[in-house]
Amino acid sequence: MGKYILRRLIISLITIWLIATCSFFLLRLLPGNPFATDQLLPTEMVEQLMDYYGLNDPLWKQYLTFMQNLLHGNFGTSLKYAGQSVNGIIAEKFPISAQLGLQAYILSLPLGILFGILAARHRGKALDYSLVGFSVLGVSVPVFIIASLLQYIFAIKLEIFPVAQWKSFWHTILPTLTLSLGSIAGRTRTMRTLMLEVISEDYVKTAKAKGLSSPQIVWRHQIRNAIIPMIPNLGMEIVGILMGSFVVEQIFAIPGIGAYFVKSVTSLDYTMTLGLTVFFGVFVVGANFIIDLIYGLVDPRIRVVK
Amino acid sequence: MKDTAAVSSVTLTAEDFRPIPREKRKADAIVRPSVGYWADVFRRIRQDKVAIISLAIIAIITLLAIFAPMFCPYDYETNNLQAINQPPSAEHWFGTDQLGRDLWARVWTGARVSLLIGLGGAIAPQIVGIFFGGISGYFGGWVDMLIMRIIDVGVCIPELVYITLMMLLMGSGPLAIIVTIALVGWMGSARFIRGRVLQFKNREFVLAAKSQGASPMRQIFRYILPNILGQQVVSITAAIPGAIFTEAYLSFIGLGIKSPTTSWGQLAQTGSSLYRLYPYQLWIPGALISITILAFYLFGNCLRDALDPHLRD
Amino acid sequence: MNEHLLEVRNLAVSFDTYAGEVQAVRGIDFTLDAGETLAIVGESGCGKSVTVQTIMKLLPSPPSRIKSGSILYRGEELVTKSDKEMENYRGKEFSMVFQDSMTSLNPTMRVGNQLCEGIIKHQKVSHAKAKEIAIQMLRQVGLPNPEKCFRRYPHTLSGGMRQRVMIAIAIACNPQILFADEPTTALDVTMQAQILDLMNNLKKDLGTAIILITHDLGVVAQMADRISVMYAGKIVESGTADQIFYNPRHPYTWGLLGSMPSVADSARRAKSELFSIPGTPPDLFAPPAGCAFAARCRYCMGACQKLDAPEFQADDGHLVRCWLLDERAPHVTPPIGRHAALNSADEEGK
Repeated sequence: MGKYILRRLIISLITIWLIATCSFFLLRLLPGNPFATDQLLPTEMVEQLMDYYGLNDPLWKQYLTFMQNLLHGNFGTSLKYAGQSVNGIIAEKFPISAQLGLQAYILSLPLGILFGILAARHRGKALDYSLVGFSVLGVSVPVFIIASLLQYIFAIKLEIFPVAQWKSFWHTILPTLTLSLGSIAGRTRTMRTLMLEVISEDYVKTAKAKGLSSPQIVWRHQIRNAIIPMIPNLGMEIVGILMGSFVVEQIFAIPGIGAYFVKSVTSLDYTMTLGLTVFFGVFVVGANFIIDLIYGLVDPRIRVVK
Repeated sequence: MKDTAAVSSVTLTAEDFRPIPREKRKADAIVRPSVGYWADVFRRIRQDKVAIISLAIIAIITLLAIFAPMFCPYDYETNNLQAINQPPSAEHWFGTDQLGRDLWARVWTGARVSLLIGLGGAIAPQIVGIFFGGISGYFGGWVDMLIMRIIDVGVCIPELVYITLMMLLMGSGPLAIIVTIALVGWMGSARFIRGRVLQFKNREFVLAAKSQGASPMRQIFRYILPNILGQQVVSITAAIPGAIFTEAYLSFIGLGIKSPTTSWGQLAQTGSSLYRLYPYQLWIPGALISITILAFYLFGNCLRDALDPHLRD
Repeated sequence: MNEHLLEVRNLAVSFDTYAGEVQAVRGIDFTLDAGETLAIVGESGCGKSVTVQTIMKLLPSPPSRIKSGSILYRGEELVTKSDKEMENYRGKEFSMVFQDSMTSLNPTMRVGNQLCEGIIKHQKVSHAKAKEIAIQMLRQVGLPNPEKCFRRYPHTLSGGMRQRVMIAIAIACNPQILFADEPTTALDVTMQAQILDLMNNLKKDLGTAIILITHDLGVVAQMADRISVMYAGKIVESGTADQIFYNPRHPYTWGLLGSMPSVADSARRAKSELFSIPGTPPDLFAPPAGCAFAARCRYCMGACQKLDAPEFQADDGHLVRCWLLDERAPHVTPPIGRHAALNSADEEGK
């Protein structure tokens, strides 16, 4: 187990370093000048700005400064919004995105698993077909269409929920639902397949031969073994939800971090893009690391095999 | 007891108790006709209603994407400020957008871009994956080690990071999107191919080719890959909706295709800002994206089942 | 008094697949008495596993389906019992040892817990008490350090140890019948012998009846009181172990026995050849009208292709489903067994 943790930790650290380094050099090597696209600034002012942000220093020096700041948890400052630090924006905006993502994740995790189990248990019956139909639709319709549809039906036509904004819990329901639908659909499908695989396993037959009742077999032998292979995917789904939240924030006018990120990319705010990219990288890699640990704890085979 | 009943229905004569020499016997009856693998696959697909319907939808959309813009009197990028935001009519079948551009022309021109990205985005990662996975699996040793460690770390990097960096580096055209998808997707297919190559490379028929002096590349491409091909066709089909989805997503949040160039994602993005007033501007491209993804998705499933009936569920 | 422990009459089982109906078992009869070992022998796919799994009702339905017949356990009909009712029989009245102990044990559950489950279910005892019994069981099947074994996961045990755990699970509630589905096939030879010894001893100690399924006649010789030979979903010959080994009457049994290498044989005759049965078993999607073995049989006659043979009684309790036993059939000297022709080359010439 110790060896397994160490291995995952090393890979995670290398990944974070790689993300930071690659992002840094790619963004620095990009042609064009971030200040050139702005209002037509006089050349000497551009030079002053470049000096101020240390952009005229040799590349290795900039890299060292960047890495040093990073180690202290400092993701840099924006080039476009004077005085705004990336950390400040993260502190202000990320909690909103995180709440949205977390709510969607918490909603979709049990529901997806439940639907998958139900579909597998009722294989070939009406419930199975409707759940499979739902999951096929859910993975086929892009999140922005789901978002607009739900907004159109429940907020504009039926006026049950607020159309947009992020003020009360009531405001969060529609965005959360939107964001989780795709996840639920995907997980229903995965869980159904895994359950069907497990159902025909020999150890399920052994359990049946022991005289265990159906619920006991499902609970003790099937569900546990079906969920385990799904755990590594949970990390990837965090990325999915993070990316989906950008769209949902855009449609429901939620002041999350997504808009800042997109704007920083389109407006060539290099330091901001760099800071946010590395931040997302650390966040996702960290989440994955935790999920790997859980995986190791839950699956006894991992502890010795690797 | 059943047997006695059977005996009484057929009378056996002494003649029936002569041994029959092996040559004169009824040969082992082959009950099921032997059908070639691919013939069997096509038979199964033809029998599958879902497969036929989804294939028909894909065909219609592809044909419209190819021909509709050619036969449309309007150009996809010409503004007409006299006719902005017109609802669908005989004049403009899908209406016009905020700049008075004909949406029928834009939707089908956009379809070309979206479908091209779908196809390219499905094939490109496979090619890269087959190349590295093949090398890794076939040669083993330090090459394998190196490629696998790169992949170990590479898959940990979130998709978003790749997307951001590639969009900044290459701009936001269709090619950039395909390259991004390839960059994210090659690692999965490389791992898969490596596994299959390892499985096949010590099979007798490959060893036979090797003993007759076939070069490593020839062994990989002529002997091993054909055995993996069926699986790859399924993977490619299954990856098309993902690629279309990625394009739509990127364009929607503003990192992908930008006006005046168009794609379904770009159209949906433009449409979404005013969809409460002009719903058709969002719903038409949105419906097309969904239907196309759905059709490819279902067809991919059918194809997988047809290639390997054991997976049918 | 003539009540058997288990009595199977005219049992037929089919699988409904999307390609059509597969007739896996096509009307078989056998009985089992308390404390007896019956071996069911045959090639893979002949329906022997399906038979025992049907008796325990382990096969999911659909696709499997009992087409006809009855299964009487102590005079009680099992065919009509519901899944819920069967729970009281499985594990308690009869239990099963499967072939592959790697896949037959839940990989994510400690060995002890898998053992306790059945004990808690059938003996209605507390967790602590079940653990005590379980450790006792592990000791009884000869596992060293049973307390430690209790806490281990299946993948950390060797194949032989896992099979011992499987046996412990199977006998934990003192069943009347133990079904052993190829219990030693996945093990190496020395391990095989140990497991067979263990099963023989347990049988003696507990008085459990065993139905042993195997294609390995060596295993049969060590264990069985009676033998049923199965081919293409039917029992083609059945009798006591002596009858089958020393006086086999069905050409398929000859083939099976002849294909078994024997150390004594090859020592005696330097050039002793192994038999092989040409061809493959018939397609059970559409079994032939006549004898299923006819196409592969060296002694095939017209009758064999026309209809399947009834059961002829060769000896007391020795039943053979072959037209060669009809009085109209020519006399054939068996190539094997007590009445075997001394020179098999003679036989070939005829």
